[in-house]
Amino acid sequence: MIERRPRSALAELTLARFRLFFREPSALFWTFGFPVVLAVALGVAFRNRPPEPAHVAVADAAGAEPALARRTTAALQSDRVKVTEEDADSARTDLRVGKVTLVVVPGDPRRYRYDETRPEARLARLLVDDRLQRAEGRRDATRVVDERVTEPGARYIDFLIPGLLGMTLMSSSMWGIGYLIVELRAKKLVKRMLATPMQKGDFLLSFVVMRAVFVLIEVPVLVAFGWLAFGVRVEGSLMLVFAVSLLGALAFAGLGLLVASRAQNTQTVSGLMNLVMMPMFVGSGVFFSSSNFPDAAQPFLHALPLTALNDALRAVMNQGAGASTIARSLIVLGLCGVVSFVAALRLFRWR
Amino acid sequence: MSDAASALRCRALVKRYDGGVVAVDGLDLDVAVGECFGLLGPNGAGKTTTVEILEGLLDPTAGEVEVLGMRWATDERALRERLGVSLQETHLPDRLSVGEILTLFRSFFARGKSLDDVLRAVSLEEKKSAWYSKLSGGQKQRLAVACALVGDPELLFLDEPTTGLDPQSRLQLWDLIEGFKKGGGTVVITTHYMEEAERLCDRVGVVDHGKLIALGTPRDLIASLGGQEVIEVTLVEGTLDEPAVARLPGVHGVRRVAGGFALAADPLHVALPALVDHLRGAGHILERLSTRHATLEDVFVALTGRLLRD
Repeated sequence: MIERRPRSALAELTLARFRLFFREPSALFWTFGFPVVLAVALGVAFRNRPPEPAHVAVADAAGAEPALARRTTAALQSDRVKVTEEDADSARTDLRVGKVTLVVVPGDPRRYRYDETRPEARLARLLVDDRLQRAEGRRDATRVVDERVTEPGARYIDFLIPGLLGMTLMSSSMWGIGYLIVELRAKKLVKRMLATPMQKGDFLLSFVVMRAVFVLIEVPVLVAFGWLAFGVRVEGSLMLVFAVSLLGALAFAGLGLLVASRAQNTQTVSGLMNLVMMPMFVGSGVFFSSSNFPDAAQPFLHALPLTALNDALRAVMNQGAGASTIARSLIVLGLCGVVSFVAALRLFRWR
Repeated sequence: MSDAASALRCRALVKRYDGGVVAVDGLDLDVAVGECFGLLGPNGAGKTTTVEILEGLLDPTAGEVEVLGMRWATDERALRERLGVSLQETHLPDRLSVGEILTLFRSFFARGKSLDDVLRAVSLEEKKSAWYSKLSGGQKQRLAVACALVGDPELLFLDEPTTGLDPQSRLQLWDLIEGFKKGGGTVVITTHYMEEAERLCDRVGVVDHGKLIALGTPRDLIASLGGQEVIEVTLVEGTLDEPAVARLPGVHGVRRVAGGFALAADPLHVALPALVDHLRGAGHILERLSTRHATLEDVFVALTGRLLRD
């Protein structure tokens, strides 16, 4: 019985990609589970804590009356200063190994012993002196009121979630396309399909369609997780977050295709993939801002597609930026996608 | 254009790889519509390279190829719709089911068979929803052929379809190929199994070092040895007087084989008594004497002095 084909080749190819993906538990984990696990781990490690108390030792000065040291200790003890009373030798040791940042030697004059290059030591010096002087009767010249601020979008987790989103989009696009294509090539499936009337464009397009659909799953998973678990809010338009993610995923899909265009086996492509992605994991501001790198490296870092993607996602999610603000990043991503797609098509090893 | 009955035609085909290795060295082939043509030869003879050139998957260094009256350079799309191809080794996706794989391949063709028809043709109806990874070797190979059949091809290429299969799976695959032939299809098959070629092929071409060294029906090729039967002789000691044996009535040739001699004989009832008389006269003591039908293996050995599976 001869019948007309029921579904288009592109639809069938795309369907096959999804089936294969969802039947591979490890792929599922690395795409959806891993970013969430990473967000939890880092969110817990870098959660905002109340300010650390200053660690201070009060040393019994030789020949001074013991009551003085005890009074000093009592005056200092508070939730912002943690004080221990020690003899001079052990105080010196504790300072050297960093158990305390400041040693107070009561008397007249009162001595503060600390390392001036350590900010927390200078802070402890100011705190301790302020408390002791007040206890001894000093009065403020002007009344002050402290207004404590925790700005939304300024916590580490607010910085981290867009970075993780960018990283996830990069690695799932690159691995999802690059590795899969080389695996198909190594198994001679690319050649086998080429022996049918299948259009090469349909074959490549099925990967792109798959990536585009996955963006619709990956982005909500991480954004919703960040919001529910850590209260990370999307200040800008959610649609723009999706649009930026889609552009990023397609740019990395192109890069993945390029990396996979010649490789004959999966070891080669894994090596190439790591070579391409490692500089971006480190330099593109996933876990810490790329501005920590020297100025000379900045033009290079800003040309990396993951830097562009992370910058754009952070601008929209943390600062509520609109499309025009992130135009530069969008152009970098667009260029990366187009150039790598064209290059990949020219280099692609079909047989 | 060649005449309408030609399914495949190639002239002076040469394939030289980058390293300078010549895999195909001036091959001429003609396959008629409805014919089952076998390319025979040992591993590395150039069979797969030849077939992949004919399939349009490899560009020849020189020579002409015409498939179904068309050329790869100009008519690739139209040709692909009418061909079925099974590569020497294809690893289909482990986690797709038989039905899903066939539906996928079916979608590449504008016209073709229904899923159920193809499943029935390869006897995999029961396995429709089984993953590829769960299939036996024979089932995998039948599925590979099924993928070549989904487009209802006029010309089917099979590259060593039964290599590594158990005897029962081979028989099933042979039935399947014969079924396709009965439907009027043309088959080009490569193999290094002589019995496969003898059973399936209308004509065979024997390939060695990229050259065609014999061409004809299996019967003709075997007949070219001079005898349909082979007498194998092993002596306890000493050696045969080969020229004298070759002159015996009914004996058409003598060659040395491992452990003794093989004689092409026809008719056997004439050759055998003459041989026994000769051996007795020469005072030889027989360790072993046996007879069998000549096969394409003997043709290959006679032509090259080597065994096919060497």
